Amino acid sequence: MTERIQLKVIDRRDFVLGASAVAALAAFLPLGAGRAEAKVSWQDAMKAVIGDAKPTMGKVALELPEIAENGNTVPFTVSVDSPMTGNDYVKAVHIFATGNPAPDVVSFFFTPASGKAKATSRMRLAKTQDVVAVAEMSNGKVYMGKRSVKVTIGGCGG
Amino acid sequence: MAKPRVKVPGKAKAGDVILIKTLISHKMETGRRKNKKTGELIPRKIINSFVAKFNGKEVFRAKMHPGISANPYLAFHVKVPASGEFEFTWTEDTGKTWSAKKKIAVG
Repeated sequence: MTERIQLKVIDRRDFVLGASAVAALAAFLPLGAGRAEAKVSWQDAMKAVIGDAKPTMGKVALELPEIAENGNTVPFTVSVDSPMTGNDYVKAVHIFATGNPAPDVVSFFFTPASGKAKATSRMRLAKTQDVVAVAEMSNGKVYMGKRSVKVTIGGCGG
Repeated sequence: MAKPRVKVPGKAKAGDVILIKTLISHKMETGRRKNKKTGELIPRKIINSFVAKFNGKEVFRAKMHPGISANPYLAFHVKVPASGEFEFTWTEDTGKTWSAKKKIAVG
């Protein structure tokens, strides 16, 4: 297939179909095969990212399924209450899976041109656990949100 | 083989906050999985970076870790002040990159 065809415009229906197809595919990948022992606490992982800042609970909303049947691909959306103007915006949101052997999931970096501090992706969850989102604001304040997720079949190689 | 797919609205009004969805096929090998036959760890190989630029200026970026699922999906918002072109770039641990471009008409 040529690069041109791969990058063709896709309509909503195709996109949804494609997305569910890869989600189904991901479900069959044998991710539970190995378990490495080196574990990092999520507090240490968070400190490595935001330093000594003490996050305040609030402003950060995490949308996650209450029960995730397949830990290999758990959809999530994070949003932060912010006007997203030039001098008051969310600089970054970091997601940590507190019960994963490697708690770092993703960091989103926003700009005032983002318009909305909201992003969606899919994560791996090794087991039932809390997911934490930490938002760094342009004024240096740090906020945190938390959600617990029950995982039926663990992903994340664990 | 990774293939990027991007959905950007074709047109919008000035100042609209639009939703962009992206998807790329990639195994996102965590580096924690073992080869079932040999017992050896399969080396980590993930897409660790995604950057979205509008008219050459960065508007959104994601730093991904092995905690992101295979075939990473990202959806995010951008406020569009004027017509222009989006450029999306994915970068793998190996340094290999994929990119996609999309135009939007704002009026």
